[in-house]
Amino acid sequence: MKKRRLVIRTIILLVLGAAVVYTLYANFTKDKKQKVAVGDSAPDFALVDIEGNKHRLSDYRGQGVFLNFWGTWCPPCKKEMPYINNQYHQFKDRGVQLMSVDIQESPLAVQQFADRLKLDFPIMIDPEKEVMNTYGVDLLPATFLIDKDGKVVKYHTGELTENMIKEFMEKIKP
Amino acid sequence: MKDVKCECGHVNPHGTVLCEACGKVLDERENKDQLLDMRYEGSARRSQTYNKTIVDKIWNFFSSVKVGVWLIIITLLASILGTILPQKMYINLPPDVYYEQEYGWFGKLYYQLGLHDLYGSWWYLLLISMIGISLVICSLDRVVPLYKALKAQRVTRNEGFLKRQRLFGTNHVIDDQDFDIVKKHLKEKHYHVREENGDLLAEKGRFSRWGPYVNHVGLIIFLFGGMLRFFPGMYVNENLWVKEGETTAVPETGETFYLQNNQFILQHYDKNKDKAFEKAIEQAGEVVKNYQSNVVLYKRVGESLPGEKPKLEKVTDYKVRVNHPLTFDGYSVFQSSFRSELKAMTFMLTNKNTNQTFGEMKINFEDPKEKYDLGNGYSVKILNYFPDFEFDKNGDPSTKSRVPNNPAFIFQMISPENPDGEKSFVAIKQTIEPFGDNTYKMAFKGIETKNVSGFIVRKDSTLWVIILGGILFMIGVIQGAYWNHRRIWVQNKNGQIWIAAHTNKNWYGLKREIEKVIEDTKLNMPDDQLQSEQADKGGV
Repeated sequence: MKKRRLVIRTIILLVLGAAVVYTLYANFTKDKKQKVAVGDSAPDFALVDIEGNKHRLSDYRGQGVFLNFWGTWCPPCKKEMPYINNQYHQFKDRGVQLMSVDIQESPLAVQQFADRLKLDFPIMIDPEKEVMNTYGVDLLPATFLIDKDGKVVKYHTGELTENMIKEFMEKIKP
Repeated sequence: MKDVKCECGHVNPHGTVLCEACGKVLDERENKDQLLDMRYEGSARRSQTYNKTIVDKIWNFFSSVKVGVWLIIITLLASILGTILPQKMYINLPPDVYYEQEYGWFGKLYYQLGLHDLYGSWWYLLLISMIGISLVICSLDRVVPLYKALKAQRVTRNEGFLKRQRLFGTNHVIDDQDFDIVKKHLKEKHYHVREENGDLLAEKGRFSRWGPYVNHVGLIIFLFGGMLRFFPGMYVNENLWVKEGETTAVPETGETFYLQNNQFILQHYDKNKDKAFEKAIEQAGEVVKNYQSNVVLYKRVGESLPGEKPKLEKVTDYKVRVNHPLTFDGYSVFQSSFRSELKAMTFMLTNKNTNQTFGEMKINFEDPKEKYDLGNGYSVKILNYFPDFEFDKNGDPSTKSRVPNNPAFIFQMISPENPDGEKSFVAIKQTIEPFGDNTYKMAFKGIETKNVSGFIVRKDSTLWVIILGGILFMIGVIQGAYWNHRRIWVQNKNGQIWIAAHTNKNWYGLKREIEKVIEDTKLNMPDDQLQSEQADKGGV
């Protein structure tokens, strides 16, 4: 009898406690929640680059993908671009693909930006910010590292140094 | 701790004050001269008797009404604090700047204490949840013993119990048929009459005792509804900006619904047409009559990847106006804001000396062309386009954002005289000729703007839970407030007829009812012992 009472009270308190803990937890993480987190499989998407070629993430299954979101108005993006370009040439034949996504700009602005910085990798434009929203990107530049199985292994926001880019590409090399 | 066996044979849980079955006083501490305390039928509130493990201690803490009341008072005081200055969602500057700037040291303190986001702070949520826990445990701890006690009560009651009811009286002389008349009257008054060994128990309105608990269940559901907002997909409140002529995915619909904005309309009251408001309009200047967006709602059909152009199927046309949202699938799209954005600029290639023009070109900011051919050997190339122009830290031209707030161009003007072209930097109200005097200039001709409608997308699936909680709350209040639990005992004791009665409220009503019940009999009206007690004390 006494035992039953203890069990019932414990269960009720646990249920109530769990509800409170969940509410507090949800309230704290609601602003910080990352839509695509490390360990998740990277959502598939397809974009057209400024040359008119279509790129689909899942086509690169089996290779590592360096997915970079940027804009011409963002100074750190501008700084890291030449480094990305260098490392792109180092790794493109070693199984690492670069997917460079500009956020909703006009092709002319992007093309001229690429010409100014002498970038020769394919650049895609996300015209409706759909890919950006799918990946929950807020601050630019944002970089996702996706391994050969399509899993996100790292998410980085902010400027990258050439060494970091190299390290990142090594990491996802199949 | 053992159960207590009453002399009537009923076994009561430990801590019981009044025997559940016959009402005999079991607790010796109970004062013998006073009226009985009938709260919770003298049943054993479990929490007060067991106090052993940590679980019991937590349980007992929350079971106390005193604790519950304090929690409510503290929450009320905290809520008041949150109303002194505006909360963070109602300010339009970063909070670390706003509060100090607007309210000085007090504002700074207010911000540092975290009172700018009081209703979302962890301790406020904790207070509310503690009230919820207190509500659940208080109710459980009382309703179960009360239910058991009311269920176990027998018709024949202990003498001491009857004597110490507030309404009590004895009768020596009665007619044989009096008992039957009383019974008949009681039934006419919709009492539920039980008879045992020639004793009577008439009872009605017992369900009113459950009112407070129904009310509490409502409150708990209400709180639960508030908690549901934190579950993904239950509550959506997002901004959505759609330019005229564009189609955008509605947020939080999983890329299922798309909204196309055909036109944004802003109407003002016209002094000449709306004669009735003439004076007011003169006083206030421009008064907006209508904010409206003509939209088309689409639904995506088939699968498409993010970034691909989705296949859309039209659902409906709608004119979204203030307070007239477009609703679909649980979502409501409200008109909430608008802004105007540069859409295109027109220039004319002009000879600076002769002012002769050689055709005009319109640059669409969303998709500027690399080269504009004006014919007759005249053309203009855009060498550089900066939508939101500024000089960066190194003094190089660059752009602040992708929005054409301050567009600037470096043009190359090609003419038959200058087939290699002349360069000119053109920004708003500014022209720089990097290589000295040009023969030609890009004369600014005009701009086109387009409106961008601001919508709020809202979905609240928790509303029904909250409404249900509210309805239960009110049912509980009505149930407890408009009905009373009345009991009348008519019993044979020592050859006399004793009448005792109890109600949880409205004693006056009960007395009037008893008067009617004993009409046409020789039975006397029982005394109100509380009143006579007070009269004794007052010496009247």
